Amino acid sequence: MTPHGSLGRRIVRDIFPPLVFLVAVIAAWHAATVAFRLPPYLVPKPAAVWSVAVERFDRLASATGLTAAAALAGFVMSLVAGTVIAFAFSQSRLLRSSCQPYAVFLQTVPIVAIAPIIITWFGYGFRSVVLVSFVISLFPIITNATTGLLAVDRELSELFQLLNATRWQTFSRLRLPNAVPWVVAGARTSSGLAVIGAIVGEFFAGYGSNRYGLGYLIRQTSEQARTDELFAAVIASTLLGIAIFSSVNLVSSTVLARWNVRET
Amino acid sequence: MTFEGAVPTLEGVGLTIGAGEFVSLVGPSGCGKSTLLRILAGLMPPTRGRVMLAGEPPAFARKAGQRVAFVFQEPRLLPWRTVVDNIRLPLEFDGVAPAEQKAAVARSLDLIGLSAKDGAKFPAMLSGGMRMRVSLARALVTQPSVLLLDEPFGALDDVLRQQLNEELLRIWAMQRWTAVFITHNVSEAVFLGQRVLVMSRGPGRIVEDIRVPFTAREPALRAEPEFARLTGVVSKRLRGEAA
Repeated sequence: MTPHGSLGRRIVRDIFPPLVFLVAVIAAWHAATVAFRLPPYLVPKPAAVWSVAVERFDRLASATGLTAAAALAGFVMSLVAGTVIAFAFSQSRLLRSSCQPYAVFLQTVPIVAIAPIIITWFGYGFRSVVLVSFVISLFPIITNATTGLLAVDRELSELFQLLNATRWQTFSRLRLPNAVPWVVAGARTSSGLAVIGAIVGEFFAGYGSNRYGLGYLIRQTSEQARTDELFAAVIASTLLGIAIFSSVNLVSSTVLARWNVRET
Repeated sequence: MTFEGAVPTLEGVGLTIGAGEFVSLVGPSGCGKSTLLRILAGLMPPTRGRVMLAGEPPAFARKAGQRVAFVFQEPRLLPWRTVVDNIRLPLEFDGVAPAEQKAAVARSLDLIGLSAKDGAKFPAMLSGGMRMRVSLARALVTQPSVLLLDEPFGALDDVLRQQLNEELLRIWAMQRWTAVFITHNVSEAVFLGQRVLVMSRGPGRIVEDIRVPFTAREPALRAEPEFARLTGVVSKRLRGEAA
């Protein structure tokens, strides 16, 4: 678990430098607002962002929580649906050749363009936000899982053939485990996209009745020129993205270690 | 399918291998050795001609209970399974009872010189030579009637290769499966095989079938004059000269 050196040395080497850099950036930010007399509606001081974050902590926390819930729901749906679709693709060449071009095509449609359509169909509220998050995070799972299910070593297939393994045995003991590292790699990309999808969804569809996520908060504070709170909301969404990405990363490294495959 | 003007990979290969015989197959790269082995295993059908294993085409013979095991040049282990679970794999498809599986895997580990401690490891934790031992153990656990080996020790250093040669012969002497062993290494071919088949390229054919008359295959054999003479003959034929 400790690749190089002791814990103390790792803190000095891996954690200390970015921390110093962060402090330097905040100091420079503060200095710039003072030196250039930047008005608070353009660039608020770091201290002002901090105090509004503390003051409105409940509001910020509940918005972050709601966005996190939507992103996680979208991500889990992608993981399940993407794997099932990939399974179908892996089983039928006809299905693959007829559907895969559209999967690639859909991937290139900008998410901002899809969100209003989804809201037109499903209305405002949590459901639509989850759907937007789902749609944008689905495709990396499909493409990765399909590749993983099909990219089986030829000699290993021959081995299974020589051992008179049934189709199902070959799937469960060879294709599926072979796809795991691929699905894990797809899940990493997908988890980041799920957060983006949830925030974009909230831009267009609030939840109504005084419940809102970070996307709505960002839009509202921007329109009202409450830049200090806008900064706080943007930082919160960044932290949310980092939190979800690193949790998925942690899970995936654990899985990959268990699978004894090198990271790609 | 035939292509106008295409050179067949193999041509005029006529060959009978007795039950329990150990045959070495040498030939230049690209002469169709691996193709021949795959045809013998029933993994691909010959475009012309036929192969019989115990009176049936190999693919049928396999379904009818003939055990054909294949050892590839790479160990080809499943990285997510431990050594023990890799060796167990073939038994899972046969519906062998778990207790019996465990006993058979333990026998196989022991036979190939791996400890129970090694058995709990994952392939990524083993050296190349150890991985090849596991691959052999996985082939032997099925108690094969035919063992096909496609240059299994090609990636190992010479000492390790000789060691594994000796162990393979020791196991063969006990179990007497029929073996077809592909190699580039002439001395390995002569040491292992009761017969050495020499192939040539384009199209691949068997140009020589050399009997190796040794009864005792001890390590000291490699220093005998007769051993040197035979490797000389095989090398000559391999280079395309008359014996």
